[in-house]
Amino acid sequence: MPAPSNARFATSHEWILTGESESPVGISEHAQAELGDVVYIELPETGRIVKAGESVAVIESVKAASDIYAPVSGEITEVNPAAAAETSLVNTDPYGAGWLFKIKPSNPAEIDALLDEAAYLAQAG
Amino acid sequence: MDDTSPISLSPLHETHLRAGARMVPFAGWNMPVQYKGITEEHLTVRRACGIFDISHMGQFRVGGPASLDWLNSLLTNNNTRLGIGQGQYTLLLNESGGVIDDLILYRTRASSWFLVVNASKTAEDLAWMQARLLPGITLTDESPHYAGMAIQGPASAAVYQQVAGAHMELPDRNGIAEFISLRGGTCVVCRTGYTGEDGFEFFCEAEEAPYWWDEFTGHGAVPCGLGARDTLRLEMGYPLNGNDLSTDRTPLEAGLGFFVDMAKPAFTGREALAAQKVHGLPSKLTGLRLTGKGPPLRAHYQVFANNQPVGELCSGGISPSLGIGIAMAYLPPALATPGTALEIDIRGKRHPAETIKKPFYKKP
Repeated sequence: MPAPSNARFATSHEWILTGESESPVGISEHAQAELGDVVYIELPETGRIVKAGESVAVIESVKAASDIYAPVSGEITEVNPAAAAETSLVNTDPYGAGWLFKIKPSNPAEIDALLDEAAYLAQAG
Repeated sequence: MDDTSPISLSPLHETHLRAGARMVPFAGWNMPVQYKGITEEHLTVRRACGIFDISHMGQFRVGGPASLDWLNSLLTNNNTRLGIGQGQYTLLLNESGGVIDDLILYRTRASSWFLVVNASKTAEDLAWMQARLLPGITLTDESPHYAGMAIQGPASAAVYQQVAGAHMELPDRNGIAEFISLRGGTCVVCRTGYTGEDGFEFFCEAEEAPYWWDEFTGHGAVPCGLGARDTLRLEMGYPLNGNDLSTDRTPLEAGLGFFVDMAKPAFTGREALAAQKVHGLPSKLTGLRLTGKGPPLRAHYQVFANNQPVGELCSGGISPSLGIGIAMAYLPPALATPGTALEIDIRGKRHPAETIKKPFYKKP
């Protein structure tokens, strides 16, 4: 499943959409395949101010709990309750209905430092 | 097993890679954790038929005229009750009653026995038994040349019938049968498993393993990994040695008293168990569940009662059949009564839980 062309990736496997004032964030197709069946998602509080690289959510598969990191600094403006309620959306539609939360970026330069899909996949192996 | 030990590869390693398995280290082996997905594989075993590679498990043969009494002095269950072709779940204890291993003992002839032991304990079990060997008793480790697979689920007997029914009838529950394959190797079929479903474990010479695996999968058995094996056994409340069993706990604390015959002649660890029967158990392996929706439960999460720490989870997960977090923990016996309110700490947050009678899952 290819990512939207305006998705940028952190090496910690999160994607964020560029060109939006409040940017949705999720985990990559590669990450969901590695994790396996997602069974629980802990989402951040809206209004929380986060720094790039800060742990903001937890995704639990059957076998393990994994931290989800903010790909950029900013404010959490919205979370996706549908993904928390129907966790398999992260597996079946990681770039669509399986988004996790939205960030209002405070430093647009951080987005430019993220990877495009090809570069992300190349380093993810 | 320390980090410098070489990783063992199953005779089915190439087969797993071709099938797209994700491999993980387990007990010194590189084994499949999943193929398509743990939940789907779990439900396949509950509804139809799955096949697991269990080549990592150990197999011993014991023989000799005195072997019946010798094994009866080392193991907790009473093997004099076994007829030829029958098997029983039993435990190997140390002198203080702690569990070295849980295993299945089969009687293949009057004075011949087949033992299936845990991968992580094969070397330790063998050393323990060799150190106590008596004249006239033979003990051989068959593990290096045997591959193993567990075919589990309501359709497994039908799968067996198509694959090997012409060689040997499938034994009754807990039974064992052996036959020589057309390729010349010994095949052992045991009507047991670790999933709560009907099924059998099949052991064959390592070089025949890909052939038999393809036969079973070709007749409908779906490849399943260790992930589903763990959720299936946890739903049944079956202990996993290393998680739920250890030399610090006795089988009575683990709730396995049914497999301990206190009335038979002395066996290793008996005095410690007799003392526990008199003085009471320090702890009981207890089933727990979250009372609401919450994260999967995992080993080592702390358990609280009335704000006091009372133990930690030794196994846990989300039950694919029930959709709730389930776990087991050694708790003070006063808290083991089903329905006792507890809390489980997950990443600093307390989640309400309660004790529950095992098994967690009962067949509809």
